[in-house]
Amino acid sequence: MSPRARQISCVVVLLGFGAFLVWGVLGLQDFGHWTGLYGRRVLKVASSERQVTNVVSAVNFDYRMFDTLIEELILFTSVMGVMLVLRHQRGEDPEPEHAAGDSEGFEDTTDGVRVLGVILIGVTLLLGLYIVVHGHLTPGGGFQGGVILGAAVLLVFLAGEFVTVRHLHPVETMETIEAVGAAGFAGLGLGGLIASSAAFHNFIWTGTSGMLISGGTIPLSNLAVGCAVFGAILILASELLEQALIVRR
Amino acid sequence: MNHVPYLASAWLMLIGLYGIATSRNLIHMVLCLTVVQSSTYLLLLGVGYRLHATAPIYQGIVPGHRAVDPVVQALTLTDIVVEATVVALMLALAVVAHKRFGSLDPQKLRPLRG
Repeated sequence: MSPRARQISCVVVLLGFGAFLVWGVLGLQDFGHWTGLYGRRVLKVASSERQVTNVVSAVNFDYRMFDTLIEELILFTSVMGVMLVLRHQRGEDPEPEHAAGDSEGFEDTTDGVRVLGVILIGVTLLLGLYIVVHGHLTPGGGFQGGVILGAAVLLVFLAGEFVTVRHLHPVETMETIEAVGAAGFAGLGLGGLIASSAAFHNFIWTGTSGMLISGGTIPLSNLAVGCAVFGAILILASELLEQALIVRR
Repeated sequence: MNHVPYLASAWLMLIGLYGIATSRNLIHMVLCLTVVQSSTYLLLLGVGYRLHATAPIYQGIVPGHRAVDPVVQALTLTDIVVEATVVALMLALAVVAHKRFGSLDPQKLRPLRG
């Protein structure tokens, strides 16, 4: 099919689909008048029952923790998928380690990027840790903080030290961190089963609302998810960077 | 005026689908997919919004103050995580396609043989 014909047929189909879509959304309740009872109920009880100030965290890591476990496993599976898809294939150099030692791949990184990268690494790490540990108090949490922590290490890559980072075998380390995070999260769910005969029950003393140590298992879940996301992001990035090195050779 | 956010989300979905269907580059196609996925964030957040309400975070405000629905916000977070995983997989597949066929143009991909 020629690009022109594809374009025209696509517009025709999308116009039909769009008409149905608009018809559908016009049947929703007016904007700003949401009447969901579940959300209202959670808003009313979350801060007194669980002593957290971030109700979204309470939903994710307590009331609907089971769903978050599945979400976490989706991430885990996709990382495995990427590693499988990007594995070394027939006809490729099976041992890229040797060639990477003398690779001049990132020599074109400018000094400005290097200096700024090095300066930002510490700040980004601190911000990521802050976001992870305050997930139950202020906006943020394990997922967001984990991505920021991953970005901090990506700054090392960006500053041109990819080869240096590879000597630390980041993929093995990151696999461990990701697995420990995911296992810790599942373990918190099982802990509820052991401590109070209901899986995913918040079984730790919830403390006082607004304090750093409060909310029972919620901050611990944030930490576990933070570890898992941190590992996952780094595995994904280093797998893709590895491909860039292979292609460049 | 009451349905503008919903219509905007429908528009994002349509424009993203158009981009996917007419794309000539696999990376561009993945980015179009993220546009389609952003339409779902907008729809979810729009549905959960309540007039004159604050974010569902009770740091520094009185508990019981009118707030937007936290459940759809948690759903949006799930949505974003799923998007990230899908994008990562698609990009990996784009890398493999480029290695095998030497091109990122979806029109130039041939069926895979075992």
